[in-house]
Amino acid sequence: MSTQVTSAAAEFARRQQSPLQRVQHQLHGRPWLSPLFLLFVAFVAFFIGSPTFLTASSMGILLQQTAVVAALAVGQTIVILTAGIDLSVGAVMVLSMMVMATLAKDDGMPGILALAIGVLLATAAGALNGFLVTRINLPPFIVTLGTLSIFTAIALLYSGGESIQADHLPGLLNFLGDGFGIGQFRLTWGIVLVILIYAVMGFVLSQTAWGRYVYAVGDDPESARLSGVPSKRILLAVYTVAGLIYGLAAWILIGRSGAATPNAFPDANLASITAVVIGGTSLFGGRGRLVGTLIGALIVQTLQFGLSQMGVDQQWRVLATGILVIVAVAVDQWIRKVKS
Amino acid sequence: MTTTSLEVAHGGVPAGKEEIYAKQPVLSARKLVITFGRVVGLDGVDLDLYPGEVLAVIGDNGAGKSTLIKCLTGAYVADSGDITLNGQPVHFKKPQDAREAGIETVYQQLAVIPALDIASNLYLAREERRKGPLGSVLRMLDKKGMERRAGQSVQDLGIQTIQNMSQAVETLSGGQRQAVAVARAAAFGSKVVVLDEPTAALGVKESGMVLDMVKQLRDKGLSVILISHNMPHVWEVADRIHIQRLGGRAGVVTPQTHDMGEGVAIMTGAKRLEGPS
Repeated sequence: MSTQVTSAAAEFARRQQSPLQRVQHQLHGRPWLSPLFLLFVAFVAFFIGSPTFLTASSMGILLQQTAVVAALAVGQTIVILTAGIDLSVGAVMVLSMMVMATLAKDDGMPGILALAIGVLLATAAGALNGFLVTRINLPPFIVTLGTLSIFTAIALLYSGGESIQADHLPGLLNFLGDGFGIGQFRLTWGIVLVILIYAVMGFVLSQTAWGRYVYAVGDDPESARLSGVPSKRILLAVYTVAGLIYGLAAWILIGRSGAATPNAFPDANLASITAVVIGGTSLFGGRGRLVGTLIGALIVQTLQFGLSQMGVDQQWRVLATGILVIVAVAVDQWIRKVKS
Repeated sequence: MTTTSLEVAHGGVPAGKEEIYAKQPVLSARKLVITFGRVVGLDGVDLDLYPGEVLAVIGDNGAGKSTLIKCLTGAYVADSGDITLNGQPVHFKKPQDAREAGIETVYQQLAVIPALDIASNLYLAREERRKGPLGSVLRMLDKKGMERRAGQSVQDLGIQTIQNMSQAVETLSGGQRQAVAVARAAAFGSKVVVLDEPTAALGVKESGMVLDMVKQLRDKGLSVILISHNMPHVWEVADRIHIQRLGGRAGVVTPQTHDMGEGVAIMTGAKRLEGPS
């Protein structure tokens, strides 16, 4: 009397999976695969489309262009992991950059001091966001929408709306634009700093109690509080650390663009959010990996860079980024619906 | 049966367990009062919990069951009244205080994080770090160790259906989630475990599993306070039953001396318990 008795459900479980279902299954088990796959597709497409795309020098430039967004997206990721959102990323970075540059302009202040004040200011700006979210209990969207305007205005008022060119700045502020070459492939110290930020933050998120609390607060704040997680302290710390990272991004941006400009990088907010979302982090909080964000930032920049190498206009590149976001999130939703 | 003063005050002592009730209560409350504006939450409630017993707290909606429990576990601070733990007066200002004193609470909403795995949930806010500089300097978590000990805690409660400690809690059934929450309380509660409606959302089989766990906790020597609406469950596991009515204690009965009908009658005020209480 062995295996002749089969239920309809058992029959269903043994059904043949279509190749598409098998792909879906694999992606479900390894969520970082889908952005990686997307990146791979983009590389293959541009390799075919543009002869100069997959060369050592092009790759170096691609990484340099990715550095600032990738750095900002680290701060954005930890904020989004707590089910928040930060619309003030770009504003904090620009404010920090203009303060650094103005203080140090024509040796008014030693570079190291100007840098420290700029990064500290960005940290304080992040802490202000955190304070408003945790103590005044305002939604992060509203808080950062407000501070976006406030910080942008202060940056413009403080700098008088004028750019400061790199040759008026001390070497330290330009340092992250320097680098070293491996053949045609050129790495800047800014890229090295970005890699460091990812390594440190990745470690903190995955290996420490603080990292677990970030996920816990984002996933279910009430349960986290009842379990003894100091939710408000964690939230405040997250916004503050995010501010610190935006300050470092400001330093990277000066090196990258060779100037401090009050209207630099206008789409920093959306670019950072796009990188996080494409990287598979849930906007509802509690789910996501930092490595996904890095891949997400690379995808956005690869698309921009690849299309410009193929001679596609700026407007079309923006359009492509928009489509990419929607496709990426749609694919993500499809993967989550997997039948296990 | 001898009629001691103790017996009158506590509405009877379960047969064969007299020696437990000769001891000092592990947790005691006297004349607890709490008001919310003009609403009286607790109107001078007494409660005694003895070592190694399951004390059920029953009462109609609004009778003050949850309020009483929240005062005992630090979620609320009573306006007046005294709480003693092993004879020592205690003043809990927040849940963390009660937890540090050895009182663990399993809330109705379970307080587990769906996205985190079982081991992470068991050790949430009590994480253990690695030994040496990796732990002290880099603050690295001892993931392997916590996973192993979490598995041990779950096994100690006789939970067979959960095997993989690195499984996310969101993949578990309601009963399994309840089991995780109870296992956490059991692993860290050194004196008292409070369970707020642990079977409310569960099916028959899962409820049975949770009631078995309650018995396990008692057999480990912990004292359990069980809040429940489900009379059959209460009468199955409780040693004594504290009946809460209109912000006060209507009385304490045992499953041996009173049946469910009588319990409900006292709870609703249809019947009064004899003797001073």
